[in-house]
Amino acid sequence: MKILSVKNLSRSFGGIKANDNISFEVEEGTILGVIGPNGAGKSTLFDLITGYTKADNGKVEYFNKNIFGLSPDKISNLGVGRTFQKLKPFADQTLLENVMIGSFVKEKNIKKARDKALEIIDFVDLIEKRHHFAKELSTGQRKRLEMARAMAIEPKLLLMDEVTGGVDQKTIPGLVELIKKLKDSGVTIITIEHNINIIMEISDNVLALDQGKSIAYGSPKEIQQNKQVINSYLGTFDAA
Amino acid sequence: MENKLLIAKSETLWNTDNRVIYLISGLIILLFALPFFGLNSFYLHLFIMIFMHAVMAQSWNVIAGFSGQISLGHGAFFGIGAYATSFFYIEYGISPWISMPFGILVSGFFAVLIGIPMLRLSGHYFAIATLLIGISFQVVFQRWDLVGAASGLWVPMTAEDSWSALQFHSSKVSYYYIFLVFFIVTFFIVWLLSRSKLGYRLRAVRDDPQAALSLCINVSNYKIIAYVISAMIMAPMGSLFAQYILIIDPDRVFNIEISIIVLLITVLGGIGNVWGPIIGASILIPISEYSRIYLGGTGGAVDLIIYGLILMIICIFRPDGLISFVPKDILERKKQR
Amino acid sequence: MTSEIILQAIVTGLMMGLIYALIAAGLSLIFGLMDIVNFAHGEHLMLSMFSSFWLWSLFGLDPIFSIPITILLMAFCGVITHYFLIRYILKAKMLIQICATFGLSIFIRSIAQLLWTPDFRNVDKPLLEGRLEIGSVFIGQPQLIASLVCLVAFIGLYLFVTKTETGLALQATAQDRHAAEILGIPSNKMFAIGWAIGLGCVGVAGGMMANYFFIFTDVGINFALFAFVAVALGGFGSIIGCLYAGIIIGLVESLGGLLIDPSFKLLYVFVIYLLVVIYRPQGLFGRY
Repeated sequence: MKILSVKNLSRSFGGIKANDNISFEVEEGTILGVIGPNGAGKSTLFDLITGYTKADNGKVEYFNKNIFGLSPDKISNLGVGRTFQKLKPFADQTLLENVMIGSFVKEKNIKKARDKALEIIDFVDLIEKRHHFAKELSTGQRKRLEMARAMAIEPKLLLMDEVTGGVDQKTIPGLVELIKKLKDSGVTIITIEHNINIIMEISDNVLALDQGKSIAYGSPKEIQQNKQVINSYLGTFDAA
Repeated sequence: MENKLLIAKSETLWNTDNRVIYLISGLIILLFALPFFGLNSFYLHLFIMIFMHAVMAQSWNVIAGFSGQISLGHGAFFGIGAYATSFFYIEYGISPWISMPFGILVSGFFAVLIGIPMLRLSGHYFAIATLLIGISFQVVFQRWDLVGAASGLWVPMTAEDSWSALQFHSSKVSYYYIFLVFFIVTFFIVWLLSRSKLGYRLRAVRDDPQAALSLCINVSNYKIIAYVISAMIMAPMGSLFAQYILIIDPDRVFNIEISIIVLLITVLGGIGNVWGPIIGASILIPISEYSRIYLGGTGGAVDLIIYGLILMIICIFRPDGLISFVPKDILERKKQR
Repeated sequence: MTSEIILQAIVTGLMMGLIYALIAAGLSLIFGLMDIVNFAHGEHLMLSMFSSFWLWSLFGLDPIFSIPITILLMAFCGVITHYFLIRYILKAKMLIQICATFGLSIFIRSIAQLLWTPDFRNVDKPLLEGRLEIGSVFIGQPQLIASLVCLVAFIGLYLFVTKTETGLALQATAQDRHAAEILGIPSNKMFAIGWAIGLGCVGVAGGMMANYFFIFTDVGINFALFAFVAVALGGFGSIIGCLYAGIIIGLVESLGGLLIDPSFKLLYVFVIYLLVVIYRPQGLFGRY
């Protein structure tokens, strides 16, 4: 079953086409990796899907229902969770409170919402930090916080923006494990990644963007052998 | 691993130190008993002013501290409450006890009316708009003949003390108890609010509206809800104040000073904290009342000089307010770290 | 209602608008530089009018001659404001920043009330007096000169910010203070300069208005409100936007006062503010 189908999505800022006619589909229970150099329009794509930015035109269907033009809170209410590239924790609140704000969506009772939040915090392996303020956590821990918070709304589709970006090497395997565990629990995932090895390891499909255009879409193997991708992305990546 | 989760789940939801609970219970009993020790009228007045301003500041705390929107014109709702009771009593003889809820509703209605367009604005835009709102109310009431324009309303005095007319001339003790009950009830309501689902969501809106949107929170609706609650807490204080002084005019009840002092009290005590307004009011109001007695008559601005100074000093050195001197784990659990 | 009266209102509004524009430009410069709204702007204006008044009353210096002194005093006041208050709250939350400058405004206003009482004062027999009659339109000389001086100061400010090295350094700091620091532009010094210039603008406007305006401790409030509105209309941080916005506000104020009711001037401006910030939050001409 298709969970998300994006058709001809476009958005320009000033004269620059941040997203130009992008189309792809995501099957339920799979992971779609989105790659592309800086400024390729990856985060814009997330903003368009989740309603943070209004698309100029195109179509976004979620379970065959058009969600194009809905506000972000309505879209998240349908079961689309997301994290942010520039992290947005509720800084003056504890980790537990952060996650509880998410778990309130499905759980009205405060005690039950607390317990559910604790389970998710345990899932992302931060249970000992539950009473720490978000501003006191490390970057890696805050990424987990954002994942936990997004998971707390019980999303069917989770959009993750650079989970492993800006995190030290030691913590990356743990985060990757987490993504796999999430997938096993039945959540469909779209993830933006800079680390090509991770993408190849976890994704079922990969979408490659360059300068706002979709240049390739297919299995990790196909993408790895795609000339255009190698030229515009993998090539520079290796050189760097 | 499972063990840690179980331990975490076995924690109580809230862990306020028992000493705090004893202290508060003791204070409440003391406040109820206080008039029996024969307080003179000045001290009764002082306490009444502390209760009133603590509630007003608590109202501001809901919109600014919980949902993060800085209103600089909160006096408007105070004035609406004051005019609602006085006007209906003078014109139709309706008891303030009946018109007070009406004033609360009108305040809430205006909060929705103002909030829908204005709470879409963020940050400075909202602050400036509310500053204009506060002054607009003053300007309109100064020219509105139905409610006495600039000379305001004079509530006719009853011959003797009357609960139905909410007037007590023989002693301030009844006022003391009325304000005290409102103070405790309001405090309790806001305390519940801060621990409710709504409280959590408002703090989410304050800390990061973008992230709140991704958690199914309709940010503008929640801001409006906070604004309405805040306005509805403010209005009855206006009503009671009008009954307390019996003469109201636009320069008194819509004065920008009201908007200033609620902000000052909250920031001094600790913004976003239920206790902040109480601490702030207990410190500032005595300063203001004493300075009025000992330094008054020189233009009456001395207390404002002190206010301004305190506000700047707090912003520089203690942006979290005086409450930040109290160790956190006494008020809420931050243990097991 | 004749067209002469309307023409008169337009001329009056224009002249007032140029003064609003300069006051707003000072506010906007400071905002653009460090994202702080100076809620004490009106009180700074009041101070500059009093500076002009006292220089006249104590030393017999006509406001038109004391302008340079007033500007220097206000620039000094700006630097002091920065060093004793603003630099401590640069990294604070917006709420704290608003409260801090709000506290400053209360402080200045009440100190002034204590020192000078809330009485109304005015400069008696200044050099600039009388009015011109052009066609059927009367133009007060002090008003005319004041608005022209403000216009000149505005142009000067604009050229300074866009053409001089210091001005460009200010702009760089406004855009990204960390990047500017890497390039060797000390942001703390730039902020101090920004405050000096911002309040210098207020000094010009206040000094010129001392010629024909009543001087009292609450005089700044309305001007500050209009300046806030002008800054929002012009686009927060945009200086040239303030010119258009100031003129619009001046015209709305005088035409609204003429056509509807002068006692609700503030409300007309408020309505314009709401319409603009709701439908064009980036301002009418704004760069944001």
